[in-house]
Amino acid sequence: MDAALREFSRWLEATSLSHTIQAAGWVIPALQTIHILSVAVVFSSAVLVDFRILRLFERDLPLREVALRFLPSIWPVLVILLVTGGLLIVAEPRRSLLNSTFYLKMVLLVAAIALTAALQGSIAAAPAFWEKEKGRRTASKALAMVSIVLWCGILFAGRFIAYTQAG
Amino acid sequence: MAQLHDFISYFEDSGLADSIREDDTLFPLIESVHVIAICLVVGSILVLDLRLLGLASIQRPVSRLTSAILPVIWATFALAATSGALLFMSNATKYLANGYFVAKMLLICAAGANMLVFHLICAKDLPQWEKDALPPLRARIAGALSILLWIAVVACGRWIGFTMRNALAAGS
Repeated sequence: MDAALREFSRWLEATSLSHTIQAAGWVIPALQTIHILSVAVVFSSAVLVDFRILRLFERDLPLREVALRFLPSIWPVLVILLVTGGLLIVAEPRRSLLNSTFYLKMVLLVAAIALTAALQGSIAAAPAFWEKEKGRRTASKALAMVSIVLWCGILFAGRFIAYTQAG
Repeated sequence: MAQLHDFISYFEDSGLADSIREDDTLFPLIESVHVIAICLVVGSILVLDLRLLGLASIQRPVSRLTSAILPVIWATFALAATSGALLFMSNATKYLANGYFVAKMLLICAAGANMLVFHLICAKDLPQWEKDALPPLRARIAGALSILLWIAVVACGRWIGFTMRNALAAGS
């Protein structure tokens, strides 16, 4: 597995796209800037809804209204994140593909996305789903905290990729 | 100028600055907190800017949205400023010599000035239009300007990492 990844990274690094990105010094910071701005949108949207569940934000509005105002914007921006993130991998494959911090970030990302999609889906299907009874309200608060921890973990891992890269 | 230099050295030579500089994980840890805080500042300011542009939250009166989101903006800005100050302390002289750092500080001041001008001048007649889906041109200009300034702040922040001498490993 490790050898295959090494081989794949070497191949990726030799592609003309990778060369093009590396040759122009401004492309990587520009991609990272777009990546971080997109993270800001996705992360803030998810966290503001979590804050609403925890009754720290817009508690004068039903959860359904807040959630359906903020969560849908996550999905198109996620595409920008995947594209810019993908290009950054092409530019410097070994920085991420041979770095366990990168895989931690991806695992956390999958978990955060699944949680966020489930939240949006449950609210869209049954507006009062999380407010019906005390048990569900408590569960929703616990999930909101898990969501905040997951998203923060993604950002921590993202920054630490720069410090844990091999060689 | 000499006084500024003394002032900067006082922080840069402190034990705290020394630990942040020397410790292998302290710098990236504070940096991560800084990124988290900046993301929330930018994201929550964007909520307000998009409302002023008539592009989002249009059913929400501007003043209601403002009072809901301002605490989030200020709390996360305080966290961003504190973590940023700690990072700055660790290498103050080098940061001050970096054009992107200076530009970032000026852009944050400009974003603050834009907000102040909006609140004190443009929003004087807020009650008259705050329920309108599309706010008046001056409010839209303030919103658009804010978005552009914060994009530039984030870009400068990222470029600092690539242009600092000694790169702190943060760049690449």
